[in-house]
Amino acid sequence: MENMHLKLKIWRQGGKFSKKGEFVTYELDNVSEHMSFLEMLDVLNEKLITQREEPVAFEHDCREGICGTCSMVINGHPHGPNAGTTTCQLHMRFFRDGDTITVEPFRAKSFPVVKDLVVERAAFDRIIQAGGFVSINTGQAQDANAIPVSKESATVAFDAAACIGCGACVAACPNASAMLFVSAKVSHLAMLPQGKVEAKRRALAMVKQMDLEGFGNCSNVTACEAECPKEISVENIARLNREYISAAFVYDEKEEKGGGAG
Amino acid sequence: MALNGKVPAGNLTEKWTKYRASMPLVAPNNKRRLDIIVVGSGLAGAAAAASLGELGYNVKCFTFHDSPRRAHSIAAQGGINAAKNYRNDGDSTYRLFYDTIKGGDYRAREANVYRLAEVSASIIDQAVAQGVPFAREYGGLLDNRSFGGVQVSRTFYARGQTGQQLLIGAYQSLSRQISLGSVEMYNRHEMLDVVLVDGKARGIIARNLLTGELERHAAHAVVLATGGYGNVFYLSTNAMMCNVTAAWRSVRRGALMANPCFTQIHPTCIPVSGDYQSKLTLMSESLRNDGRVWVPKKQEDAAAIRSGHKNALDIPEEDRDYFLERRYPAFGNLVPRDVASRAAKIACDEGLGVAPTGLAVYLDFSAAIERYGRSKAGVMGLHNPEHKKVIELGQNVVEEKYGNLFAMYEKITGENPYVMPMKIYPAVHYTMGGLWVDYNLETNIPGLFAAGECNFSDHGANRLGASALMQGLADGYFVLPYTIGNFLSNDIRTPKFDPNSAEFLQAEADVKGRIDQLMGVQGKQSVESFHRRLGKIMWEKCGMARNAEGLTAARRQIQELREEFYKDVFVPGSATGDYNPELEKALRVADFFEMGELMVVDALNREESCGGHFREEHQTEEGEALRDDANFAYVAAWAYNGWDTDPVLNKEELVFENVELKSRSYK
Ligand SMILES: Cc1cc2nc3c(=O)[nH]c(=O)nc-3n(C[C@H](O)[C@H](O)[C@H](O)COP(=O)(O)OP(=O)(O)OC[C@H]3O[C@@H](n4cnc5c(N)ncnc54)[C@H](O)[C@@H]3O)c2cc1C
Ligand code: SF4
Ligand code: FES
Repeated sequence: MENMHLKLKIWRQGGKFSKKGEFVTYELDNVSEHMSFLEMLDVLNEKLITQREEPVAFEHDCREGICGTCSMVINGHPHGPNAGTTTCQLHMRFFRDGDTITVEPFRAKSFPVVKDLVVERAAFDRIIQAGGFVSINTGQAQDANAIPVSKESATVAFDAAACIGCGACVAACPNASAMLFVSAKVSHLAMLPQGKVEAKRRALAMVKQMDLEGFGNCSNVTACEAECPKEISVENIARLNREYISAAFVYDEKEEKGGGAG
Repeated sequence: MALNGKVPAGNLTEKWTKYRASMPLVAPNNKRRLDIIVVGSGLAGAAAAASLGELGYNVKCFTFHDSPRRAHSIAAQGGINAAKNYRNDGDSTYRLFYDTIKGGDYRAREANVYRLAEVSASIIDQAVAQGVPFAREYGGLLDNRSFGGVQVSRTFYARGQTGQQLLIGAYQSLSRQISLGSVEMYNRHEMLDVVLVDGKARGIIARNLLTGELERHAAHAVVLATGGYGNVFYLSTNAMMCNVTAAWRSVRRGALMANPCFTQIHPTCIPVSGDYQSKLTLMSESLRNDGRVWVPKKQEDAAAIRSGHKNALDIPEEDRDYFLERRYPAFGNLVPRDVASRAAKIACDEGLGVAPTGLAVYLDFSAAIERYGRSKAGVMGLHNPEHKKVIELGQNVVEEKYGNLFAMYEKITGENPYVMPMKIYPAVHYTMGGLWVDYNLETNIPGLFAAGECNFSDHGANRLGASALMQGLADGYFVLPYTIGNFLSNDIRTPKFDPNSAEFLQAEADVKGRIDQLMGVQGKQSVESFHRRLGKIMWEKCGMARNAEGLTAARRQIQELREEFYKDVFVPGSATGDYNPELEKALRVADFFEMGELMVVDALNREESCGGHFREEHQTEEGEALRDDANFAYVAAWAYNGWDTDPVLNKEELVFENVELKSRSYK
């Protein structure tokens, strides 16, 4: 359909709007089913600008579902109602003429709102900095085919490595836990021989940082898996727990000093 | 200005090894006293920042993204080349070098390209050691595929997410250096100027995008790894925030912009669907391994498809024109990008396009699905399988190879490409032009280096698929960390630079002036609407085919639009104390105007056709590009001193000692 009419209930916060935020309702005409959700917001913003109003701030970059920048809750779902789809890949053909759509930012204590729909997710970076890497320097590597890796392990590693660091799992979780994100990284690296060596240290360091950042505990709700645009599996959480428990046995605090697992 | 590429003497195959062995080194205790600013944390920037941090320098790394994990590099799909010869199909460093020089239509510097081919193998080693999950075979070893313009299989890949996995690898290395304190990371900071002290680059002015505050950062050297400028066309496959500002501001301080008109139009992108369109989505070149490109032979069939009365499946085999296979039998669907794009444009210009806009050709997988299906059935021991079974098996194989791309296509278009051929059309994708650099990756401003897509160095007039990731990582991991030592070894006694010196204060005041000017216009039109209009001029007159008349008109139109912009743009919000994406865009679009004009000037100057630059006045009778080696075998490096004076051309003559200049044939 080419001429949908929509009512948009959008969270506005900061700028000319209140510091603690409020919903503002906008009407939009002539929405085409071929538009992406963000293109629909572009059209709204163009309209607001011509009316000399402040456009809605939202983050985006690749607009093809890979960078993890876009981040909004649409009708109660992080990245909207479609499974396995980021906001930027959601198209208007999934909405109907006359719909009211509610749009708000990811909500979690560790993701403070910057403005309108924009949140700060630097906490994820700090979790990676705590140990989400393999400790090798440039030029130290041996030949890439020196260690064969079974196709099965490579596949499991890849499925976990597909995480785009968007934070929808946190936004979906009633406890605002970051376990799916953390476990995806722990699994990705633990499944490969190159990353296996440090797996236990890594799990400990990343979980410790996750707690410091104020993310909540995992109570197996699995809403994260349902909302994750990359369909990262909660099996990764089980794998993280195994690494973590066995690691907690082996390592004491002394061995963890000095720049995370660096 | 005489341009010296500083290519070391000696045999091509030994230049880099010998040069590296004889370069002055900076001792570890001195490295600790030296500060380096790296702007950009894409593949090139993250790799450089991490490697320089490991070496012991004090690194400050800047990105306008909210996290270094999100740079545009993340979107690269198809793969990365390396001369590993794991397939034993005759690949070698020399062959990769030769393919790249030829693919670039003989407009790149031999020595740089050879070095790129030489270090390519180390990149794969490095990435695997970081935990990059490249595709593997059942034996546990790495898999490869083919890309356009070559006849070997040297492309390593991680499903359709190679850029993501390589960037995450580099990001993790960078994160490790951040945790160790050797790199200080500045997210959400946009560089708006480079600061020169006594003619050398010694710092930058950056804007904190959360608060709007301007900051002065000093260092002994500055590395730009700020990506390409494809978004000057507005619609492109680049991420929305890609821009030319860092490079352009350096040009405004005296750096040279090389070959700006060399832009790459990628043949396989999802066609434009409406005027609200904000970006174009690439369908990876790897699809041309298995997809066949065609249009109907008859205009009436094409018209019936456009009006919705027929679809691809209604066109019988004998009425289809597989025009790449017909025109280029040796390479078929795997001709280089510039050749494939132009052929698609010609087909659509002849009225054979298959989308309602008239601008699309088919990319068809039915033959591959059938072929894979039969082979799979054979492996499973099924004799005389039903056609339905064959198709089902074949679709599974294709899904395994390209599943995420097919899913992406379906999400965007609402059509199932396993059944109905994809519709594709060329779109702006990559910019071969960029800051002029010498063999050390140093610009003509001492101490200012450029790595990755933002330099012009390795791809000549056309880049081969899967070579940008290779170049970005080669620059970042294996070239720049060495060559920067050449410059810094003279600075080991130079104390830290003072960001409160007059040079820094002046540069900050200049930036503030630009911001105030844009905020002050308070006109009626949005930044975006100006950007769209600029893009349209660029695409129509400086896109896939160019001619003197169009280019001359384009230059005038860009100047007029720029004037209108400074009179009537509306930037809402405030410049400080607030997060203001509209102001960010306005600053970028302002620089695109100037860059766009320079591209047009360069395209006008280059009276030949080569690679992605096709001048209609210069073509063979069969419509192929006609190079002019006698007059144009040079790098055009432009100085730009403002709106009122013409850009000034500097030439670096290209010397070919190892390859013979031939007309490029893929027939
Ligand atoms: C859709 C798509 C698919 C592709 N697929 C492939 C492929 O399969 N194989 C291949 O080889 N190549 C591919 N390419 C090309 C390749 O991805 C890019 O050329 C390459 O990733 C560029 O890397 P880079 O590090 O130079 O720049 P980018 O990744 O663009 O990084 C630029 C960095 O600079 C920062 N930056 C820029 N300006 C400023 C500023 N003023 N202040 C602060 N920070 C700044 C950005 O924040 C970012 O961190 C593809 C490109 C596209 C568009
Ligand atoms: S696990 Fe999924 S939801 Fe969470 S950050 Fe990664 S991709 Fe996003
Ligand atoms: S904008 Fe990149 S994932 Fe949505």
